[in-house]
Formats: sequence, C-alpha cells, structure tokens
Amino acid sequence: MANPSQVDTSKPLEYQSEDGKLKILGIWAFLGAEIVLFATLFATYLSLHGQTAGGPTSQDLFEVKEFMIETILLLTSSFTCGLAVMEMRKGSKKGYLCWMLVTLLLGLGFLVMEINEFATYVSEGAGLSRSAFLSAFFALVGTHGAHVTLGIGWVLLVLYQVYKQGFTPVTARKAFITGLYWHFLDVVWIFIFTAVYLLGMVS
Amino acid sequence: MEHPNTLKKHIFGFLWSLILTFAALLITLRTNLPLGWKVTIIVTLAFFQLIIQLLYFMHLTEGDSKWIQVVNIVYGLFVAIVTVAGSIWIMLYNTMTH
Repeated sequence: MANPSQVDTSKPLEYQSEDGKLKILGIWAFLGAEIVLFATLFATYLSLHGQTAGGPTSQDLFEVKEFMIETILLLTSSFTCGLAVMEMRKGSKKGYLCWMLVTLLLGLGFLVMEINEFATYVSEGAGLSRSAFLSAFFALVGTHGAHVTLGIGWVLLVLYQVYKQGFTPVTARKAFITGLYWHFLDVVWIFIFTAVYLLGMVS
Repeated sequence: MEHPNTLKKHIFGFLWSLILTFAALLITLRTNLPLGWKVTIIVTLAFFQLIIQLLYFMHLTEGDSKWIQVVNIVYGLFVAIVTVAGSIWIMLYNTMTH
C-alpha cells in the first residue's frame, strides 16, 4: 500500500491511491462481464426477431423520430459526462456538479421516453407475452433501461458525496467509476440502436 | 496526464459519434443497398462508435493497468461476437436441425 500522505501529482486524484487504482481496474472487469451479459440478450433477440406469432413486427412498432431522440439524448449525456470528468480533473467541483446534473437530466429524459415507448407498445397489445420477438425485445431493451435507472440513482448518491466532501482520492475515484458506467450505457445503446431499431426498420 | 487538448478531444469524439449515428440512419432508410450491405456497414459504424467512446470518453488506455484493461475489454468483445454470431448462425441458418 502506498503511503496515503504521499501525493503523486503527476496522476489524476482517482489514481493516486493503490485502492483507487484497483477499484478502477475492478470496474473494467465488471464492464467486460456486462459486455458478455448483453451479448447473450442480443443473441436471443436477433435469433427470435422474426418469431412474431402473427403479432406486430418491429416495422409496425418502431418510430424513427422516437428512437432517434432517445439516441441523441443518450449520446449527448455521454459527452456531458465526459466533460464532467474533465472538470473534475481540473479540480472544479462546480464544473463537475453542473455537467453531471445535465447528464442526469438527459438520462432522465431518455428514461421517460423509453417508459412512454414501452407503455405505448403495451397499450397496442404488443406486450411482453405477445410473441417471442416481443419477449426478447423487452428483455434486451428493458435490461438496458434498468441499467440507466440504476445509473441515475448511483450518480445521484456520488454527486451528494462530492457536494458534501469535495474531491478526495475516494470521491474522485467514485466519480470516475460512475462516469465509466455511464459511458458504457451509451455504448450498449449504440448497439441497441443499430441491431434492434435500425435493423428492425428494414427486415 | 492532463492534456491541454482534452476539451477538443471530447468535442471531436461527440461530433464523430453524431456523424456516425446519422450516417447509419441515412444508410438504413435512404439508400437502396442490399440488406447484407446495410447490415455490414451499420454494424461496422457501431464498432467505430464503440472505439470512440472507449478512447475519447472512457480513457481506456490510461492508468498503470492499461494493458490489462484493454485485453479484458477485447476479450469481452471476442466472447460477445462469438455468442451473437454463433447463435445467429445456429438458430437462423443451420437448417439441418429443423
């Protein structure tokens, strides 16, 4: 263990303690496992995409405008989250908190649109149990939505700690890790956008 | 580790992710390419976006354990591709089992 009073200023705050370094490596291991988790859901969805059991198909359901707005919201939130971490590295607590609040609002906007989308499908009779296609669709997109919901709660708790304690090696590490998680949500969405929505419009 | 061009890097990454997103949308809806071509192109664009997120926003290649991080993510992606492509191959194209 490095002496906690030793400050290696050549490194960002979150990397300065051995503990911080290990936990950042840990989140990368977690994200690797998450990639595989989502891969199984993608594999299920793509295998069952055509099994509509006479019910609505992806072409009947998906609205270009809706999923494009969802995509832009999440892409932009990933960008503002990156800016927040950049502000943190400049030592600006205010900059971090502001950009992270913007990130959360964009994430919340995304979530509201997605819940709305799901509610519309269910009201049109296209619920979870209608067909194998819809079961796989809700499992995949719903798991991503659950991750966004968890992410919003997690980021809020970290924001509170940063607000109360300022940046220490511990809070900076937490802020950095939640940032990585948030970017990862956007990465998964890019593949949902491509494999579910775009492909769903043409096949 | 703090680069003076970080802001530029972020804006560059964001612009590219927007360009790739709209390119994928236009190729899917506004061209008459065969389906196989469309699938190949937009999946490739998605992987470019993944690389942009990992390098420009997620600082994948920083820290003392950067190579462990890179190998871990690449291995995760390898398992993901095998899982997805293998499932599609068996479930949709292996007509012997039907």
